[in-house]
Amino acid sequence: MSIQAASAKHQPDIPVKKKRKISRLAFHEAAWGYLFILPVALGLAVFYMAPSAASLFLSFTTWDGMSSPVFNGIDNFVQLAGDEKFVRSLLNTLLYTVATVPISIALAVILAVLLNQKIKGMILYRTLYFIPVITMPIAVGMVWKWLYNSEFGLINFVLGSLHLPQPNWLFDEKFALFSIVIVSVWTSIGYNAVILLSGLQGISASYYEAASLDGAGTLYRFFRITLPLLTPSLFFVLVMSFINSFQVFDLVFIMMGQQTSLLDSTRTVVYSIWEDGFKYFNMGYASAEAFILFIVILVITAFQMYFQKRWVHYQ
Amino acid sequence: MTSYAADRTRRIAVHILLIAGAVIMIMPFLWMLSTSFKSFADSMKVPPTLFPMEWHFDNYAKVLSTIDFGRYYANTIVVTVGRTVGQLLLCSLAAYSFACLKFPGKNIIFLALLAVLMVPSQVVMIPSFVIMRELNWLDTFYVLIIPGIFSAFGTFLLRQFFMTLPKDLEEAAKIDGCSYFRIYWSIYLPLSKSALVSLAIFTILASWNELLWPLIMTSSEDMRVLSIGISTFQGQHSTDYPLLMAGAVMATLPIIILFIFLQRYFIEGIAMNGIKG
Repeated sequence: MSIQAASAKHQPDIPVKKKRKISRLAFHEAAWGYLFILPVALGLAVFYMAPSAASLFLSFTTWDGMSSPVFNGIDNFVQLAGDEKFVRSLLNTLLYTVATVPISIALAVILAVLLNQKIKGMILYRTLYFIPVITMPIAVGMVWKWLYNSEFGLINFVLGSLHLPQPNWLFDEKFALFSIVIVSVWTSIGYNAVILLSGLQGISASYYEAASLDGAGTLYRFFRITLPLLTPSLFFVLVMSFINSFQVFDLVFIMMGQQTSLLDSTRTVVYSIWEDGFKYFNMGYASAEAFILFIVILVITAFQMYFQKRWVHYQ
Repeated sequence: MTSYAADRTRRIAVHILLIAGAVIMIMPFLWMLSTSFKSFADSMKVPPTLFPMEWHFDNYAKVLSTIDFGRYYANTIVVTVGRTVGQLLLCSLAAYSFACLKFPGKNIIFLALLAVLMVPSQVVMIPSFVIMRELNWLDTFYVLIIPGIFSAFGTFLLRQFFMTLPKDLEEAAKIDGCSYFRIYWSIYLPLSKSALVSLAIFTILASWNELLWPLIMTSSEDMRVLSIGISTFQGQHSTDYPLLMAGAVMATLPIIILFIFLQRYFIEGIAMNGIKG
């Protein structure tokens, strides 16, 4: 009787116990889950999220970085709208981006197609084309500054011997930004080409076989098969190139920043942020500039995302 | 036969185009190398010569005696190793948790992490400077290493990779009573070598080449990393190109050598993940 009662009492207990065991396991798993993400979450919160929020706050203040910030509403933004230097830097950055991105991507497409051929020495070629990507931007800037040197530089020597005009590349308002565009294209082709190459290698050979059975020529195949099927990679490269271009700083700093005065035509937004924030200690003002840059990048990226369905073909 | 000939012509054309392009791509390096061995007068010669008249290996010795290159190397290596090791450990741990473990709020937290990726680094620069000053980290190794360890990009990249690994292994290990840490450490990490190597490469590259962050966060000579050392050196010897080029060669060479050894992973890693660190 007592045994029966005990077992009867015991019987309904089992599912409850099982349930509790499961929830204990789930709890155990969740605890470890939180523990594992804790360092990264904490670090990102302290070093990225908190500063991002603070930056937004600071952009509405006047602040020299030492005394306490003084709230000034939208003064910084109003002032920025009328600040010729800043507007110019925004236009320069835009011009730089619009020149660099299409040239670099067009050349990278050609390069990727060439690198996708089955010929000898491919590893060597890929390595050579990739070297500019990995080189320290400082060293890149220094070498190009030397190449651009108006009297002793290699570029003007070559132009001179071809009886072409020899501009004073880095010191002429008309050429200075363009000189930086050339260097940026040179450093980014290899990187873009590698991404596009992986896109090319994902295109099934059967498309080409079908096309050659139909007697399609090389150009036809390129424009009707390769290019459309490459659009997902192209889209990725385009978005990333825009984001990177808007943040250009290193090349300008090293090629131009150490001249006695920076040419107005080469001041970029990030250079302005650095100059206002850390040279003149107008940190509230510089935060507002950074915030505007962020919005510009966000809008352009959103725009690209929105228009991708017009031209990107996902297989 | 004709198609074979056509194929041959096509191949030769491809070679010619690739070689022409490669010459343009590496010309600046050859020029840097060649100038670094020239005498000052030689470098100013018109027309310029491709090879030095006489080889001045002492340019390198001169650079080493004018600036504390050893110190810059040591600093840069400490920073790069610290950031890379830290990032591989912490990001992979978080990535494992995001990919394999269940806990409330996981998706929201992961979304917040992705949001970090969208904020340009310049936006956080000014408040970061203040935080570092309050922590008394300015001009120390802490400022150069610790913030660089926490990477939303690294966590995202490894999480994507862990998601592709089969779940059976983990199930089997759980039945055997392995702890979650054991599963991460002895199953997931060893299976993810290629993803870890590509993350390491991105981190090494970013850390070795970084300019703006150390420029703002450090000021003393003792804390200079290579990029800063070279840029100050450029300020001091703005016209002595042989010396500048020798410095540039020394700053670049280690990473190029590393690249040649790891080039397979470098290019595969970038092709696989696309994004720059």
